[in-house]
Amino acid sequence: MADKDEIFGKVKECLVEALGVEEDDVKAEASLTGDLGAESIDFLDIVFRLEKAFNIKIPRGDLFPENILASPEFVKDGKLTPQGVAELKRRMPHADLSGFEQNPNVAELPNLFTVNMIVKYVEEKVKSPSASK
Amino acid sequence: MRWIFVDRFLTLEKGRYAKAVKNVSMGEEHLHDHFPSYPVMPNSLIIEALAQTGGLLAGHAFDFKEKVILAKIEKAEFFRMVTPGDQMILEATLVENREEGCKVIGEVSVNGVRVASATLMFVNLSTNQAKGLQPENFVFTKEFLALLGVTRLNGSWQVNGARSSSEAKPAL
Repeated sequence: MADKDEIFGKVKECLVEALGVEEDDVKAEASLTGDLGAESIDFLDIVFRLEKAFNIKIPRGDLFPENILASPEFVKDGKLTPQGVAELKRRMPHADLSGFEQNPNVAELPNLFTVNMIVKYVEEKVKSPSASK
Repeated sequence: MRWIFVDRFLTLEKGRYAKAVKNVSMGEEHLHDHFPSYPVMPNSLIIEALAQTGGLLAGHAFDFKEKVILAKIEKAEFFRMVTPGDQMILEATLVENREEGCKVIGEVSVNGVRVASATLMFVNLSTNQAKGLQPENFVFTKEFLALLGVTRLNGSWQVNGARSSSEAKPAL
């Protein structure tokens, strides 16, 4: 069983290769877009690399949810509605939403995609590869 | 006008591997300036030729229904210069493929000597993502497919004159 440090190390390796960043920049709390400069295509690249590195399957939208912002039910005046926050929690059990919940500004959403979020996701996945959410 | 940097497909194995030829000629105007009196095929255009080979392979995997766009050049290396008179053999192997996009490893050789390699990522602009874009497939137009010798026969896409067997295997 892989421990957290081992998972973090492999995730770091994936991010260094996918994003062309320095190892030292890949800190647990770093956000993929804000701190590490990831663009949309990089998310797919990261998924490909994680699947290979950990021998897991990552279904579309499982690690990086899509289309939450497209629904008027979930977004109002640039903020996520309570339903939107609930949906986000359901779709991203691996993300830390504690701070975001206080002020669910849509502009802050990309900051939820952190290195630690990926590590948590992989930890769960490696523990129970067949578990579906 | 559309620049086409593939002359002919030799092999197209659906969802797996493609092999194509590009003959480099002094008739191509860009070689007159790159460089004056010292013509060299620009490396960026070698990547374009690989992207067209790999992009067609990726498009074929989804029966040319997707708009396949080059989105990322992960790694590109150039080992030798390519000059007029050279015949580039372009090989593309699909190493990752899913509905959102794919990854292709490309190899280029001249006379059996490796001249370049690159890893490319393509994204599929599905109808969802492509709101506001023209609905028709502007990537795989009839003209493009015809130029590359790809035609629709008996309901499936075929490459004229290409071997459909797995005779030519990429060296991995």
